[in-house]
Order: sequence, then structure tokens, then C-alpha cells
Amino acid sequence: MFWIQAFVKIALIVGVLVNMAAILLWVERKQSAMMQDRIGPNRAAIEVGGVRIRAAGLVHSIADGIKMIWKEDWEPVGGDRLLYRLAPIIALVPPLCLFAVIPFAPTLHVDHLRDLYDPAWAADPNDHSIPMRITTLDVGLLYIFAVAGAGVIGAALAGWSSNNKFSLLGGLRAASQMVSYEVAMGLSLVGSFMIYQSVQPADMITWQMQHCWGIFVQPLAFVLFATAAIAETKRVPFDVPEGESEVVAGYFTEYAGLKFGMFASGELVEVCTSSALLTVVFLGGWQFPFVQNSGFEFHYLGLDISWHWAHFIVVLVGLLSFVLKVAGLIFLQLQIRWTLPRFRYDQIMMLGWRILLPAALLNVLLTGMGILFYNGLSTTGGGTP
Amino acid sequence: MTATTKVLRKPRRTLAEQSYLLEVVKGLGVTLKHFFKGTGQLVSGNKPSPVTDPYADGCATLEYPDEKRPYAQRWRGVHRLTHRDDGSPRCVACLCCSTACPAQCIYIKPAEYPEGDKRRGYERYPEEFVIDELRCIFCGFCVEACPCDAIRMDTGVHMTAFDLRSDFVYDKDQLMSHVGQDGTQKSANTRHEPGDPTHPGITRLHGGH
Repeated sequence: MFWIQAFVKIALIVGVLVNMAAILLWVERKQSAMMQDRIGPNRAAIEVGGVRIRAAGLVHSIADGIKMIWKEDWEPVGGDRLLYRLAPIIALVPPLCLFAVIPFAPTLHVDHLRDLYDPAWAADPNDHSIPMRITTLDVGLLYIFAVAGAGVIGAALAGWSSNNKFSLLGGLRAASQMVSYEVAMGLSLVGSFMIYQSVQPADMITWQMQHCWGIFVQPLAFVLFATAAIAETKRVPFDVPEGESEVVAGYFTEYAGLKFGMFASGELVEVCTSSALLTVVFLGGWQFPFVQNSGFEFHYLGLDISWHWAHFIVVLVGLLSFVLKVAGLIFLQLQIRWTLPRFRYDQIMMLGWRILLPAALLNVLLTGMGILFYNGLSTTGGGTP
Repeated sequence: MTATTKVLRKPRRTLAEQSYLLEVVKGLGVTLKHFFKGTGQLVSGNKPSPVTDPYADGCATLEYPDEKRPYAQRWRGVHRLTHRDDGSPRCVACLCCSTACPAQCIYIKPAEYPEGDKRRGYERYPEEFVIDELRCIFCGFCVEACPCDAIRMDTGVHMTAFDLRSDFVYDKDQLMSHVGQDGTQKSANTRHEPGDPTHPGITRLHGGH
């Protein structure tokens, strides 16, 4: 049963993510068009019984996929065949794997779909429940840093195995940029770990449900992590690995067809996963404001509203809330990509090492001081802040 | 004279501008404003027409094959040969146009009208009238040179794309099939056929010249 569950969840998430890449391609094109007073893609059409379905340009994503499949699978002469073919896989798979530990909805207790939530269910050994994440790892979010780091290898291998100077330069740039921002990215989350006292995504969401969203206790970390995450995706403000006038298309200059498509969709999947990560750590994960496990609870400003919902509705609201938050963050990331001009290479390095890294360290220091101060105030001393 | 030096200072930036973050938010505000405006126009369908209102605020894209910007009245398009009332070409094969043509893209083979035709002796007609539209530079000199208003470029059609070079060579029938922007194949200028009382040649002949 466990394995069937796991396989179904994996298939579901990978399916959603891969299709999200196609949809994001459309979103990106259409959104940028709207921002720049254009119409955007709208010509590709599927003809069904004489009716041309254009779906506001969504068909272009399908056309792109077909184009990539039928393009000549050209390979550079003198490159390393094995690594050249391996690189797009290494670039695409880690972003997909990142989703393994991200919970996207509250645990579903199958036996109690219509009941009011009871914390005793979780302790009941006979209870059938489906945790809404692929797996729970003891290392929690540290797994994400480990796997995200592997994405560098794909870019570096692609640059090296293409037997092209521009590819090599692009690969080097990608590698150094990603390694630099990995440091700031990891350190920016340390403050959150200190406050949540856990590296488990589930514990983080529970803490945020009981207290407040992470963005309110760690605003600096949110900005730092978001910046580093955008840099990790190698998209426009930070897109030095590719640049028409400098290094052609960077490390994927020599890639054509579906191999290029894997790099491109890997980039978009990274946008999804980094948004999901931001949601879990800073925006309360699947928690909707004022919704607890029992339903809508508002006990502030002298009001005392309790609106109890059946368990499955709470789970559904949680799932929708997670999807909404992720969609909003994706929108923000795409908006940033089409708003900001790209940095110069030295500016990227300066931002990473001389601003983000010290700021992340400062955040750790401030968080530590804050926790000490808070604990000192409380008479019990120690315990969770 | 001593050289004067002008010291250029770096533009002063406030702390808010230096911090970059605030400027990022401002920039996002600008793009968001455009985004919502564009999306609103797209969803509601009342975007300004790029044809009638090309300088309006908002989306300015012209969906070309579906929407076309009207050409000016005097815009020079593909040539046409104007018709007489009886449907024959107005051209009298005087070769003025092919002489004026800087690209030498017009070929005319003049011919006499057959014996017994009223026009015989007054004018010739083009047995062949060929324009190589690939050579043509659309300067309009042929139209200027024509004394009979027989060749015009007021079709409002720009050169169509073909697969074969030979398709670009338009013959007499093709040129005569083109329609002007006013929808007729004729010319608004009057034309006096030989034999008409108004024909100047007849007047001269009977006027004792």
C-alpha cells in the first residue's frame, strides 16, 4: 500500500510539474506581452471540425513540444558524447526531485473525511491516512540544498562536453554563480531553522499555523532567499550564463531539440520548486489565514468566530491555498524576470558575496539575539519562542 | 587661450535608490500596471484598434493578415493597365513608360490595329505588355511618363510572394485584371476614341491643318 501510494504521488507530482513547465512557458510569453503592450502568442491553432482552437496562445506550448521532438538531434563534433547526453538529464531531474519533501496539503485521514478534526487521529495506529507529500526525510530541507546543488553539475557538464568555447565560458559562469548563491541561500534559511527549531517542512508549517507566517518573523531572510532562489534559476536579472553578445546561449549553445527543451523546462520547474519552497518556509505552506485543522477560527479584535468544517474540506482548502500561494510567487518571479535589467557578471558576484552573504549572517545574528531576548523576557526561560 | 575644464560629477543617488530594493518594487509597480491594463483590454476585447487609432495608449500590435493599415491614396502598389469603355487597354504602345523605367523592367511589343479598325493610323496597341515585378523598384516613373493614363500603380496591393521567379513576370492579361483602389478597372480621366466628334485628331484633320 505504501509503495502504491508513493508511486501515485510521484506520478502525480512529476506530471503536474512537467506540464507546469509547458504552462509557464505560455504564462511567461503572455504575461510579458501584456506588460509590454503586445498581444503575445495567438496564431498557433488546432483545427477541430473546421473550428480553429487557439486557446489564447496556449497551443503554442504544444507546437513548441512538437517542434522540439522533430528537430534534428544534432551533436557537436569532438565533444564528450556521454557527458553531453547526460547533462540535460542532470539539469532537469534535480528540480523535479526537490518536490519530494514539500508537503502540499494537510495529511488526509481517509476514515474521517466528514468528521471534525481530532488530534487523536494521528496517534491512532489503525487510522488510514495519506500524508500529502512524497516522503518525509529526517534531514528535511537540507535534502533540498543537497539536491539543488546537483543542478550545477548539469550546467557545468553541458558547458564542458560541448567542445565550444562559448559553452565552456557559459558553463563556468553558471557554476560559479550557482555555487556563490548556494551559500547565501543556505545561510538565509538558518534563521528560520532557529525559530522553527526544526528542518522538517511539516514542523515549519505547524509552527506557522500556531504563531504567524515566517515572512513576518524573518522578512530579511525572505528577501535574501527569494533573491538567491531567482539567481539559482539563472533567469533574467541573473542570466549571465547566457548572453547573446557575450557567450551566445552559454552552456546550452550546442544543444538542439528536446535536449535544449530539457534545459528550458528544467529552468521553469526550478521556478515552481523555489516558489513552493518559499511558500513552505515563509508563507505558511498550505495554511490559509485563520484556517486551523478544525475550520475557520478568528479569535482576535474581540471577535470569537468558529466555523467548523469537515476534514476533507480543510484538506481541500489547504491544497488550494498552497496552489494559490505558489502561483502567486511564480507570477512574481516571472514579473521580476520581465521587469529588471540583467546584472553584469561582476555585479552578480558582488551582490552574492558582499551583500547577500553578510546580510544572511547578520540575519542569523539578529535572529539569535531575538530568540535570546524573547526567552529572557518569558519567566519560564527556554522553550519555544 | 587657456583650456577650460568642466568637472562632471557622477549623478547623485539617494540612499533609497542605492539600496535598489525600493527601485525594484517601483519597477514591478510599473510593469504590473501595464499588465493589468493589457489583460483588461484583452479580456474585455476593447483594445484600441491599431488601424484607426495607431497612437492610442495600450496594445499597439497590428495582427497583420487579419488587420491591415490602409495605404495612402498615392501609395505605389502593383501596376495595373487601365481599360477603355470597350475593355481594351488604354495603352497606345508609345513606349514612354519603358523608356522612363530606370530598372528597365517593362517590355512592350507594339502592334498596329488591323485594317479597317477606326484606330488604325492614329495609335498602336500593345500586343505584349510585360512587367518584371522583381526588377521593378516601384518608383512610379512609368505612371508619370504615361500620356494616356494607361498604367497606374493605385491597386493598393503590394507584391505578393511566389515560389517561382517566373510568377513575378506579369503579362498583359494579368496586369489588366488588376483593380484600382476605387474598385474600377478604368481611369477617371476622359478618353476620346478615334471617330468621336471630340477626338482631337479629327478636329485637327477637318480644321484645315
